[in-house]
Amino acid sequence: MTGLQIENISFNISGADILKNISCDLKVGEVVGLIGPNGAGKSSLIRAILGLVKINSGNVKWGGKSLSFVDLKARSHKIAYLAQGAPVHWPLSVEHIVGLGRIPHLNPMQTLGSDDVLAIDEALMRTDCMHLKNRIVTTLSGGERARVLLARVLASKSPFILADEPVASLDPAHQLKVMDILKNHAKDKGGVMVVMHDLNLALRYCDRLILLDDGNLIDQGTPDVILSDENLSNIFEIKASRWSQNEENFIVPHKGI
Amino acid sequence: MIKKYFYLILLVLLVSLSFFSLKFGAVSLSWQDTILALFGEAEPTTNIIIRELRFPRLLLAFLIGSGLGISGAALQGLLRNPLADPGILGVSAASGLGGVIAVYYGFASLFPLALPLMAIFFGGLATLVLVFIASREASVLTLILAGLAISSIAGALTSLAMSLAPTPLSMQEMVMWMLGSLENRSLTDVMLAAPFILLGIFMILPTSRTLSVLALGEDTATSMGVNVKKTRNLIVFGAAASVGAGVAVAGMIGFVGLVVPHIVRPFFGNDPGRSLIPSALMGGILLVLADLLVRQPLMQAELRIGIVTALVGAPVFLYIIFKTRESMR
Repeated sequence: MTGLQIENISFNISGADILKNISCDLKVGEVVGLIGPNGAGKSSLIRAILGLVKINSGNVKWGGKSLSFVDLKARSHKIAYLAQGAPVHWPLSVEHIVGLGRIPHLNPMQTLGSDDVLAIDEALMRTDCMHLKNRIVTTLSGGERARVLLARVLASKSPFILADEPVASLDPAHQLKVMDILKNHAKDKGGVMVVMHDLNLALRYCDRLILLDDGNLIDQGTPDVILSDENLSNIFEIKASRWSQNEENFIVPHKGI
Repeated sequence: MIKKYFYLILLVLLVSLSFFSLKFGAVSLSWQDTILALFGEAEPTTNIIIRELRFPRLLLAFLIGSGLGISGAALQGLLRNPLADPGILGVSAASGLGGVIAVYYGFASLFPLALPLMAIFFGGLATLVLVFIASREASVLTLILAGLAISSIAGALTSLAMSLAPTPLSMQEMVMWMLGSLENRSLTDVMLAAPFILLGIFMILPTSRTLSVLALGEDTATSMGVNVKKTRNLIVFGAAASVGAGVAVAGMIGFVGLVVPHIVRPFFGNDPGRSLIPSALMGGILLVLADLLVRQPLMQAELRIGIVTALVGAPVFLYIIFKTRESMR
């Protein structure tokens, strides 16, 4: 198993540069956080890696080979996507939604086999959704729904997960829960790249951070290096208080005291 | 399990309604004669009534209903909007305009096939416009707006043709045709419409899995390896072909495409992808039933089928909306 290499991705929409020559990578076993102010290009980078937008140049490579931007099915076996806000448009059952995660592995007329059922159950277990299995997704709370959609991603068994603000709109307990699940996924099987705004969670859960601003990759490295006072004031225009407790680091942004 | 029973019930309904539809009409026939006539073994008049009048009519009702049902199910899935109706594409309005023009210029009285042919031609034009728009990376919203524009233009021109109608008779002919009917349709009409309707159905069928995944939105669907753009083109073209051809031979038949998916979907886990085939069957059955109702002998004159589907369909639709609003939210 090797990681993903993202090489020289550039992307513009009607003349406006959204991503400017971005290169980075996602190694096996790590959680990489994408941080930056609104409009920095975080979601665009994720969408570019997934092949959801037509990039102007650049490559996504796995094991030295370029992932084709045409064969989306092959790509879907490697990378799963947890969309921002993640809507569900029909009152489907939880089990059915998680089962949709198996579709990349099925032929057009094939139905779910025992392997698939196993993957679905495992995903439901990991996300604490087993008891919701027969519920209708539109009747769930926001936190439950987010976990179900995460279960859908896990059920796909894709080694890499790209998640766009998976903890936005979740209460603190669910935020920690979801980050734990992502962390465990990275430890077991693959890599996770996650867009986040919560610097405190980024500091505590990510192995590495990639800092974007205005379509440029400003810096990448370990969280304590990237979340330096200098970066926070230059890019985010904030200051921060830091402290440690039980060998964990915490950071709280503020406008300056 | 539910699925099996559902198909079984549909099948039984279809077969029994078909026989009723052949037996009843202006001339009531005995069961024996009805079945004998199917094989051409009854008296010549009875043979003609069954084989050349009632059977084509039955076939046409089932085909058009199937086309409407599957188109409605696919469009609701594609647009992720439970209120989508096959008419949303504007193709039925365009077909309607074609038919009205055929009446207006008198082509229809010169030779009878001019009307459906003109309707198919105009429906085809509207389809081309839509597919052109859909293939240019258009969003779902653009498609809906384009359909609305086509509908409005076709509707305005239809009204224009009616208001300038050369004789009251031709105006009546236009109105009656627009209201929808399967009266006096022959095998020629079946031959005319069937290829387009079947083409449409077979274009829509392979989109089933993509429609399931589209419940999670277009981006997530694309990330799961399905081709959303191809699906959009198949459904737009397929629905346009089958609905346009239906209008061409039977006029406007509303509500079937809107209501049928709502009846079917709950039995299939509310998944629009899995309800394509049952929606086709259910649409066909409902139209056969509606056509049976319009020509039952208690009526003074034959009702227009488009009126019946709307009269029955709208309350059913309301009921379903009230029943499911909890889970739809």
